[in-house]
Amino acid sequence: MRPFVYERVGDWAAATQAAGRLGSAPASYLAGGTTLVDLMRLEVMRPERVIDINALHDSRYGRIEFGQNGLRLGALVRMADAADHPGVQRHCPVIAQALQLAASAQIRNMASLGGNVLQRTRCTYFRDVSYAACNKRNPGSGCAALAGVNRMHAVLGGSDHCIATYAGDFAQALIALGASVDLISADGARTIPFAKLHRQPGDTPDQETTLRPGELIVSFTVPAAPWTRRSLYLKVRDRQSYEFALASAAVALDLDDGAVREARIALGGVSTVPWRAAEAEAALRGKTINDQTAMAAADAAFAGAQGRGHNDFKIELGKRTLRRALRQAAALEI
Amino acid sequence: MANAAAPTPKANMGPAAPRIDARLKVTGQAHYPSDTPVGNPAFAVLVTSAIARGRIERLDLDGARAVPGVLDILTHENTGDLNDVKFGHGSGTSIEDLGPEIQQAGQIIAVVVADTFEAATEAASGVKPAYSEQTPSATFGSQGVTQEDATKVSPQHKHLPQAGDAEAALAGAPVVIDVEYETPTQHHNPMELFTTTCAWTGDRLTVYEPSQFVYGLKNGVAHRLGIDPDKVRVVSSYVGGAFGSKGTMTPRTAMIALAARRLNRPVKLVATRAQGFTIATYRAETRHHIRLGAARDGKLVGYSHEGFEVSSRPDAYVVAGVEDSAQIYAFGAVATKVNIVHADRNTPGYMRSPPVVPYIYALESAMDEMAQKLGMDPIEFRRVNDTMTSPIGNRPYSSRSLMTCYDQAAAAFGWKDRNPQPGSTRDGDWLVGYGCATAVYPTHTGPAAARVRLKPNGEARVQIAAHEIGNGAYTVIGQMAAERLGIDLASVTVEIGDSRLPPAPVAGGSNTTASSCSAVLKTCDLIRARLFHAAVTANDGPLAGRSADDLTLRDVQIAANDGTGESFADVFKRMGVAIIEEYAEFVPNGLKPQAIADLYAGKLAMVGGSHGEKVMYAMGAELVEVRVHALTREIRVPRIVGAFAAGRLMNTRTVHSQLMGGMIWGISSALHEATEIDPRYARYVNDNLADYMIPVNADVDQVQVILVSEVDHDVNPAGVKGLGELANVGTAAAIANAIHHATGIRIRKLPIRLEKLLQA
Ligand SMILES: Cc1cc2nc3c(=O)[nH]c(=O)nc-3n(C[C@H](O)[C@H](O)[C@H](O)COP(=O)(O)OP(=O)(O)OC[C@H]3O[C@@H](n4cnc5c(N)ncnc54)[C@H](O)[C@@H]3O)c2cc1C
Ligand code: SF4
Repeated sequence: MRPFVYERVGDWAAATQAAGRLGSAPASYLAGGTTLVDLMRLEVMRPERVIDINALHDSRYGRIEFGQNGLRLGALVRMADAADHPGVQRHCPVIAQALQLAASAQIRNMASLGGNVLQRTRCTYFRDVSYAACNKRNPGSGCAALAGVNRMHAVLGGSDHCIATYAGDFAQALIALGASVDLISADGARTIPFAKLHRQPGDTPDQETTLRPGELIVSFTVPAAPWTRRSLYLKVRDRQSYEFALASAAVALDLDDGAVREARIALGGVSTVPWRAAEAEAALRGKTINDQTAMAAADAAFAGAQGRGHNDFKIELGKRTLRRALRQAAALEI
Repeated sequence: MANAAAPTPKANMGPAAPRIDARLKVTGQAHYPSDTPVGNPAFAVLVTSAIARGRIERLDLDGARAVPGVLDILTHENTGDLNDVKFGHGSGTSIEDLGPEIQQAGQIIAVVVADTFEAATEAASGVKPAYSEQTPSATFGSQGVTQEDATKVSPQHKHLPQAGDAEAALAGAPVVIDVEYETPTQHHNPMELFTTTCAWTGDRLTVYEPSQFVYGLKNGVAHRLGIDPDKVRVVSSYVGGAFGSKGTMTPRTAMIALAARRLNRPVKLVATRAQGFTIATYRAETRHHIRLGAARDGKLVGYSHEGFEVSSRPDAYVVAGVEDSAQIYAFGAVATKVNIVHADRNTPGYMRSPPVVPYIYALESAMDEMAQKLGMDPIEFRRVNDTMTSPIGNRPYSSRSLMTCYDQAAAAFGWKDRNPQPGSTRDGDWLVGYGCATAVYPTHTGPAAARVRLKPNGEARVQIAAHEIGNGAYTVIGQMAAERLGIDLASVTVEIGDSRLPPAPVAGGSNTTASSCSAVLKTCDLIRARLFHAAVTANDGPLAGRSADDLTLRDVQIAANDGTGESFADVFKRMGVAIIEEYAEFVPNGLKPQAIADLYAGKLAMVGGSHGEKVMYAMGAELVEVRVHALTREIRVPRIVGAFAAGRLMNTRTVHSQLMGGMIWGISSALHEATEIDPRYARYVNDNLADYMIPVNADVDQVQVILVSEVDHDVNPAGVKGLGELANVGTAAAIANAIHHATGIRIRKLPIRLEKLLQA
């Protein structure tokens, strides 16, 4: 770890001002620190200034609110608090489950929702600075994972420049439920669809989000919709707890007497960004969910998938995960 | 309610005494070596090589030196005076230098010492090497590896087991299987990292380091530094997990000692988790080619096993588990061979049950395949081939209770309900399978010495440089003294883990209880003899004139069979002594008396296992149930039952804990653990505990341990067969066999991850 300046701010204005100070050294916001401090120790992230925003927890940044229009989750709400929230569990089970199945109890107690969606990839070549080739860490240096140990890497949304998996879980729930994200910076506030927050690697894998410099996540808004109650998160992984997904599916269904009025599907563990499976949703509209329709939807979801060797199995596993999730969601009593 | 963690002792088992260090550990009062306060320490941080093969051409230290607080930087340029210690003679590797030649990824190339840990860490990333790099060979199948016959390169393995004409037997066998298996690289990853703290007082060096062999380390470090071993003291009162990784000297110790000498100030190193993957040893990947031949009634007629093991470029670390696998069934003819494959890797080394984990996995998988082919129940197949004599030289077992273990485990498990047809049992969306395998571990005993002091109030102190690595050494050593001296365990103080104490062997090969308890027993018996003599020869004492043979020590008394007794205090008074202290050296049968002097010099020989007139093994039977999801193929292990027999069990609580932990590690070997290697760079990829997969609590459901009574007078005076490394043997095979039973799919390469079951 390298020396850095630590600043603690009391409100968003001070925060965005501190981050956006003209001509100043690179800065990072510090929430739970479970990504940031880890990567600073590994010298993958080297902010010269760290702006601690945890004091904002006592404002609306730290609140969970239900209203006519849906659910609002402040960016500094801890993962554990959102997962344990009875309203979240009842109205948006996919969110509670995605959080509950993530990381460990200790990390969930520390980590914030804003930090969670911005967690960085687990690609080993990214996390270990002694590997020369990593376009994400060091633009233009190549990608060690393409022909390397890539069992955990993405089969959807990759490029010849980067195939790093987006490792988180919660983001898939937000994608499936069509959430939006509220942002603020010294230039003002804006709201964008959550699906527009992450960028596929393309030829600039170092640019992971559409956030502007110094922009702060304020909250996530999940619109009220007929599919939020019939929703779930299925996570398939190498062990039963404290492990990232090999493949996961966030599914939300609005059924009309068994027939799908609307299906909302997001995939995790298999893609470079939280992945909306729009083709699978379309394939299900108007159908009842059974082995055949679920399989057809899964095939549609992975039609464009590309394996790179060790991760080839994720295409088949991802399909099966989605089939299982769809059947389970259809069978839910709500 | 009965406490499953503290089973009620059966015949030839000691009490379930709680560990005497348990409270100290859970309250943080147990000082692990790096916890030991030393005055004004400087902090060392290692810099390791990013390449596996090549040369350091330049080492730019300017950036590192510029960091405030940096005191010294050791590199190959200022450490060349250290003496080499050859692999196999106290050191776990001959890759000891900081360069300039690079022979493995993660080789230590610099040691940065600073006033604070933070400054040293920052400066370490400022050390900039420029390498000339050569393409490394990573493992089996890589270009540039070389292969050798283990019998040609390993003095311990000059002869491997052979019996009869295996080729002819296999050619003539009515039923034959011919199969290959693979096991991966594994790293011990003990919770406690690799640490070293060195402090000099004048020309005397004290090393605080977690060690499984303080005498080995003391002598090794002295040799490296070129000083008298008597000037070196190694202290290792508690070891926070070791599993073999702390059994041999690593290059770091001499470097830290040197840094402390150069600065004339104590220096402390706590290496990182990732560095632990390359600065110490590991379990190397292995491959196996097995052929078994049997008659239709299931009687084996031939067994051929060829093993392949990865080692480093300069060293031939050999486990050759055929030495053990060849003994355990009535195979008929046996042919074995082991090949060592040299790659550009750090040198592998002991890891819990080094020879048997990979080789018995392979054999026990093959046994299941043969049972399947014969249409026999796998337990019955083992019964047909059970034997009281080894097929190698027809030597008798000192004791063997394998089928008793199977019978007790099978009854507890409900094995009789097993439908033999693979893929036949289903519970909702889950496929259910049962599998079994044999656990086996050679019984080792080594030389040891102990000093025991008894006070008239019944308090005793035992001193022996054995090692507490979580094995319960403090407790069982104390128990042995308490039992022989007729006092409470609470009255015994045990001092271990310090090279100032009388020597004990490496805490390896599961010999600690057998060797240390035999030495303590012998020492206590000298005290008994003195007390008995004083009691029977005194004219005025109550036991005067009795035969010493009728006496024992009980309740702080010298007691006769008829209940007459005399207190320690009275006998001590008559003897005119305040304390009685004895020192004794124990040398097991089969070793020369010189063995103790060698041990003082850090050299160790052990007896037992497959060597000798009788073969000596602890054995067990492990039965597991697995569930495999019909669609997404996650593998679960809802229950595992193991029954084990290992001679005298000193303490059913510590035994239970060892055996349960062993089976859990077996689950890990079967399903989770593997160090991934990037073949292009010969580097470990998942060198951290997030990516190096081990089971978490949620993966471990019911684990039942059954202790089977067994008496063995031949193994050693204590009657103990080591079992610390017993229960993690065979588990992986039992699980693989159960997965086959559940799915009909045979996976012959560990670990079994779900993708291997997706294709089918
Ligand atoms: C061993 C391990 C296992 C894990 N397993 C899982 C898992 O299974 N599933 C899963 O989903 N996650 C998992 N995680 C990741 C974990 O959930 C994230 O590290 C955590 O959610 C990040 O939140 P934080 O508050 O600690 O973020 P921080 O580390 O504080 O911040 C992360 C990043 O977000 C930025 N940031 C934080 N808050 C804001 C904000 N409001 N506005 C703008 N920028 C902000 C920071 O500057 C930083 O760049 C695991 C982590 C570890 C270490
Ligand atoms: S996959 Fe992406 S993060 Fe990983 S090495 Fe390649 S460029 Fe870097």
